[in-house]
Amino acid sequence: MPSLWFDIAHLFAGGVLVLSLVLLYQDRVTAAINVFALQAITLALSVGWQAFIQSEPLLLVTALMALAVKGFVIPMALHRIVRRLDVHREVEQVIGGGATMLAGLALVALSILLLQPVSGAGDVVAHEDIAFALGVVLLGLLMMITRYNAVTQVIGFMSLENGLILAATGARGMPLVVEISVAFSILIAFIVFGVFVFRIRERFDTVDVTVLERFRGERREQG
Amino acid sequence: MPDPAALPFSPMLLVIVPAAAIPVLAVVANYRLSAALNITACALTLLVALSLPFLPGMRSDLFIIDDFNIFLLVLTTFVGFTTSVYSASYISHELETGRLTPVLLRFYHAMYQAMLGAMNLALIANNVGLMWVGVEVATLATVMMVGTYRTPEAIEAAWKYFILGTVGIGLAVFGTVLTYLVAAKVLGGGLPAMAWDLMAQNAGKFDSSLLSLAFVFLLVGYGTKVGLAPFHAWLPDAHSEGPTPISAVLSGLLLNVALYALLRFKIIVAANPGAVDAGAILIVLGIASLLFAAFMLFRRRDIKRLFAYSSIEHMGITTFAFGVGGPLANFAGLLHMSMHSLTKSAIFFAVGHIAQAKGTQRIADVTGLSVTHPGLAIGFALGVIAIAGLPPFGVFMSEFLLVSTAIARQPLLTLLFVAGLLVAFSALLLRMHGLLFGAPSGKNGHVSASYVPLFIHLVLVLIAGLWLPNAVVGWFRGVAAILG
Repeated sequence: MPSLWFDIAHLFAGGVLVLSLVLLYQDRVTAAINVFALQAITLALSVGWQAFIQSEPLLLVTALMALAVKGFVIPMALHRIVRRLDVHREVEQVIGGGATMLAGLALVALSILLLQPVSGAGDVVAHEDIAFALGVVLLGLLMMITRYNAVTQVIGFMSLENGLILAATGARGMPLVVEISVAFSILIAFIVFGVFVFRIRERFDTVDVTVLERFRGERREQG
Repeated sequence: MPDPAALPFSPMLLVIVPAAAIPVLAVVANYRLSAALNITACALTLLVALSLPFLPGMRSDLFIIDDFNIFLLVLTTFVGFTTSVYSASYISHELETGRLTPVLLRFYHAMYQAMLGAMNLALIANNVGLMWVGVEVATLATVMMVGTYRTPEAIEAAWKYFILGTVGIGLAVFGTVLTYLVAAKVLGGGLPAMAWDLMAQNAGKFDSSLLSLAFVFLLVGYGTKVGLAPFHAWLPDAHSEGPTPISAVLSGLLLNVALYALLRFKIIVAANPGAVDAGAILIVLGIASLLFAAFMLFRRRDIKRLFAYSSIEHMGITTFAFGVGGPLANFAGLLHMSMHSLTKSAIFFAVGHIAQAKGTQRIADVTGLSVTHPGLAIGFALGVIAIAGLPPFGVFMSEFLLVSTAIARQPLLTLLFVAGLLVAFSALLLRMHGLLFGAPSGKNGHVSASYVPLFIHLVLVLIAGLWLPNAVVGWFRGVAAILG
């Protein structure tokens, strides 16, 4: 295969990773949703390209699902939720933007260092894609723990799932059974998330997770 | 290579029966009828599981039936069945007090079957991706059930469980993909490279460093679901805020299923000489969970949280046993897994009725049970004595076996382990004393408790402590050999 093809695969996978870093420093909910949508579209391109170079047309299904569901449907639904709940203000961060970015960079370095010495990951594409995917997964985790807002936690979680899809499609010939079920599970997960967001709204008139923590049974009794 | 269709139909029924029951239970409005249907579906699934030992072992690339999962399938469907019987009497009280509405109840029953079906799917899967899907669906179903009461505490518990559970399970997917990459180099991609039995056979040829990395992700991922310290944070909340039948199946079954998934991968890693020493990691996590939970037991104010921490403790003991490895320790681990399931669900059966009778879960507000509710008090006391590890119950047997085999191989660690057991023992007896004796306090409502599931479990645990039938011993030995 021409080396240009690898370069293009790397471009898309690297794009997903860069967008994960961009997600980290968004301090408005609406902006974070837009960056997430862009990441999902880049992911769809990456998966589509993998379908082409691996000659696995079935991967296109995964690409289309990523594009339609995560690129458009979910971001639109999230925008709606944000409008209805009136939360398009700034997102409270546990630690500041600069520190978060440094931590993010450290995580990306860590994922590359972890996978670089490993020789057994098949061909070069799979190998480096997995390093990118690990970076996306870790950055998604970081985003989830540095935000108080429930909606941004949802976005962090879905960005983590993007990393998982990137890893699964980078693994040559991994059976589609798994990919469909993975995608299906994400869908369920999102529905559950939606239910929770609304229930949280009903109970507390906010989607700030710190409010929930005041209701801890044990803590109150010990005080 | 036999194709998936070659597998007989009957194991599929373990998933099909619960799946078929979900839509039915979701629409039946009469609660007596739906409780009866729930019990019937569980009974049918149990019958299917009981027929499995009489069938020859079988495999396809998607499903596998071997001694290891037959043992857990029988245990899972049995506890699922007895809990459904218990649940019928529990929910009628909840309906009277208005904590559950008819709509929520339909939802509750549907989710109950979804959870059981998903756990069975995880257990019969040979494809590690399919196994993951089973654990994921079971997790989502239990998240929904933990949030059933919709109190602020229940929503916080469900949210926390959901976040930690899905992140854990996301990391498990990453580990699964890495495992596939390793296996694909040897097995050539496609379905065979995700089949557990083929991976275990060829594990010696796998790339060690990547396999070790995969195991780290699987360990953190499935370890979160097992409730091993330091990934346990969701567990006490999820146990204390949901309906009590859910606490019983969470502790008794879901933790086991997650541990089962982890052990399947441990077998693969252990078969690779160059890979990380999975046993040593399990030993450390097991002892950490045991010690941590044992000390946490002293400070508990909520009766269901108390036994949730006890579950962390016992999963730690089981993990330690499988980490030590070898025929005897594995045997002890399997025995402990089943004894803990039976005993802990029995305790939750009693605790659920106690909380209903007293109208509170606060330990300080419940005293003098032996006077006001002697039947419940006896069942509860026997359960606590069993779980604390006193003879003649089965938990004592498994702990004794484990200590006697581990002391020869890991003397210092075993001392730590025994210290943890003693701390937990004293904490549990201290709490039990407060609950049972003293002047009766608070409200003393009447509950029409169902004692049958409670005492069936306790009798089984007692029998296992006194005398294990040869057939069961042989069966456990076979499984212990698979575990290596």
